[in-house]
Amino acid sequence: MQDKIHSSYKQLEQKSKYTNMFLRWFLYFVLVIFALYFIFPLYVMVVTSLKTMEEIRQGTLLTWPSGLNFDSWLVAWGGRGYGAGDTFLKPYFWNSIKMVVPAVFFSTFIGAMAGYVLTKWRFKGDKWVFLFLLFGCFIPYQAILLPMARTLGVLGISNSVIGLVLVHTVYGIPFTTLFFRNFYVSIPSELVKAARIDGAGFFKIFFKILLPVSTPIIVVTIIWQFTQIWNDFLFGSTFSFGEAAPIQVALNNMVLSSTSVKEYNVDMASAIIAGIPTLIVYVLAGKYFIRGLTSGAVKG
Amino acid sequence: MKTLKIEELSKNFGSTEVLRKINLEIDEGNFLVLLGPSGCGKSTLLNIIAGLENINEGNVHIDDYNVSKVEPKDRNIAMVFQSYALYPSMNVRENMIFGLKQAKVSKEKIEEQLEKVSKFLQVDALLERKPSQLSGGQRQRVAIGRALVREPRIFLFDEPLSNLDAKLRVEMRREIKKLHQQLKTTVVYVTHDQTEAMSLGTNIAIMNHGVIQQNDTPENIYNKPSNTFVADFIGSPSMNLIKGNLKESSNKVSFVTHGSNIEIPINGYDFKEKSNLDNKEVFFGIRPEHIFFKKSNEDDFEINLRADLSEYIGHEQIMTFNFENQEVLAKFPSTVKIDLSKNTKLFFDLTQISLFNAKTEERI
Repeated sequence: MQDKIHSSYKQLEQKSKYTNMFLRWFLYFVLVIFALYFIFPLYVMVVTSLKTMEEIRQGTLLTWPSGLNFDSWLVAWGGRGYGAGDTFLKPYFWNSIKMVVPAVFFSTFIGAMAGYVLTKWRFKGDKWVFLFLLFGCFIPYQAILLPMARTLGVLGISNSVIGLVLVHTVYGIPFTTLFFRNFYVSIPSELVKAARIDGAGFFKIFFKILLPVSTPIIVVTIIWQFTQIWNDFLFGSTFSFGEAAPIQVALNNMVLSSTSVKEYNVDMASAIIAGIPTLIVYVLAGKYFIRGLTSGAVKG
Repeated sequence: MKTLKIEELSKNFGSTEVLRKINLEIDEGNFLVLLGPSGCGKSTLLNIIAGLENINEGNVHIDDYNVSKVEPKDRNIAMVFQSYALYPSMNVRENMIFGLKQAKVSKEKIEEQLEKVSKFLQVDALLERKPSQLSGGQRQRVAIGRALVREPRIFLFDEPLSNLDAKLRVEMRREIKKLHQQLKTTVVYVTHDQTEAMSLGTNIAIMNHGVIQQNDTPENIYNKPSNTFVADFIGSPSMNLIKGNLKESSNKVSFVTHGSNIEIPINGYDFKEKSNLDNKEVFFGIRPEHIFFKKSNEDDFEINLRADLSEYIGHEQIMTFNFENQEVLAKFPSTVKIDLSKNTKLFFDLTQISLFNAKTEERI
């Protein structure tokens, strides 16, 4: 009797072993397919940027380049050296840096302050303030282009990097506030109470007690804001042109303004250069990104 | 002079009334425990004493000075929180001296205080550590230390032990008691744990729905609960409350339940007011530990009850008996053998009973 039961257990055991093995291999298969799917465009970009135009014309998309040829990268970054009509990324790259650094800093800082007030210094109607701020996350940017252009004009900072800093700061605040509010909600208010009894004021509590523990959410916010602002095309193309344009606008101009032949290798190199800073930010701070996004879900 | 005096204090959050006409006084060196179920307003009351919440009506006096409008830092109080609320980015030393630094105390004085307190609480070896590197008990100690270095007039404790595991909680409870014995400072301590309240307090104020139900010594709270809420809240298992009527004839008072011939004589009971007793609907209150299986004193009331249920908990057992279809619980040593579904002879210690008006639920 017992033998019978044991042998049926054995059969079930075998069966589930095979099922698990199959599922595991299937999982790997699917993952590999997805990985290839995602890496394919990047592969094409990198490979194309390293080819000469000759190679591009003769080979296919996937053909390996004959050698490491960085000429098209140099052209994309520094131009060909002749005067009019030569667009290259270098000045616009610095435009973007000059725009993104202050905009990220101010929007993060203001968001942190706002999140701190909305969670630790509650006031009458604070829920409404938060709700209206949230609206800012959902407003389509196209809807505010005209009023914003007018505002920048009145302030006298249209077509300037400063104007773009202002626009990106203002439109970053709803998101940064949301991030910081949700983070600070999970930090016990007793900390603030203890600090008040210890005699610390509004700013001291913020700088000495809350800000030092906010690293994960600061990193999340910086990544988010950096990516948003660096990759923005709409504000950049609307509120700036010529010299003051950020890199994404310049990239667009460069690719579209080619007169005779399409230089795919230079286009690809430019696109990669325009994407590198966000990649760097992700690689450096990526682990905090996941940690920061999930913080608050588990108790510290 | 009263160290702390609260007068006619009321507090609402919007339309919800949290505290209603609270009056409290504490003498120098006393240990007052605010005890009650969650949501009874005890933590709010503590926050009001600390100055962290505003008052709607009434006043708080510390050393006879009305502090209702005084900032928390200037009230000469220190508070220990349930979550310890240690500043996560600072080490133990910085945590403990943060308040003194804010108050611009001189460096020498700060060092002196820090050394004294950290030695006293045995955290002097931990000074360079971050709160995250401390165990629960150590964090608790540091939190108490942070309060101690300020040498406050009043210590406020907000459920400081409820985040600790059972064993540590008992240890820390003893330490807080020792601390109070040595320092003789005035303490207000909030908890929902009756054992903590009983063992620590020189006075206990039991709260429910924002009202103080009874403010008394632990002995009186246990022996003479002022209403059925207190009777039910204190004690584990809580006091048996048997519904019935009083019967008065020729100066003898007794307790009877509906439709039964059991009559419990209660002549020895210390009534607050000895009139109009006949036919009064009452709760007859007796604690499980005052029901015995053999005679304990001369006036014990002898009764046969059927045992329905037995709960074994190691050093003792809790038996449930059927008293005219009402449940009566009794606590016996676990060595006593009592058969279920059989009548057992029991003895009620009538010197320990309480009687409550069934309508008002107040002690009579």
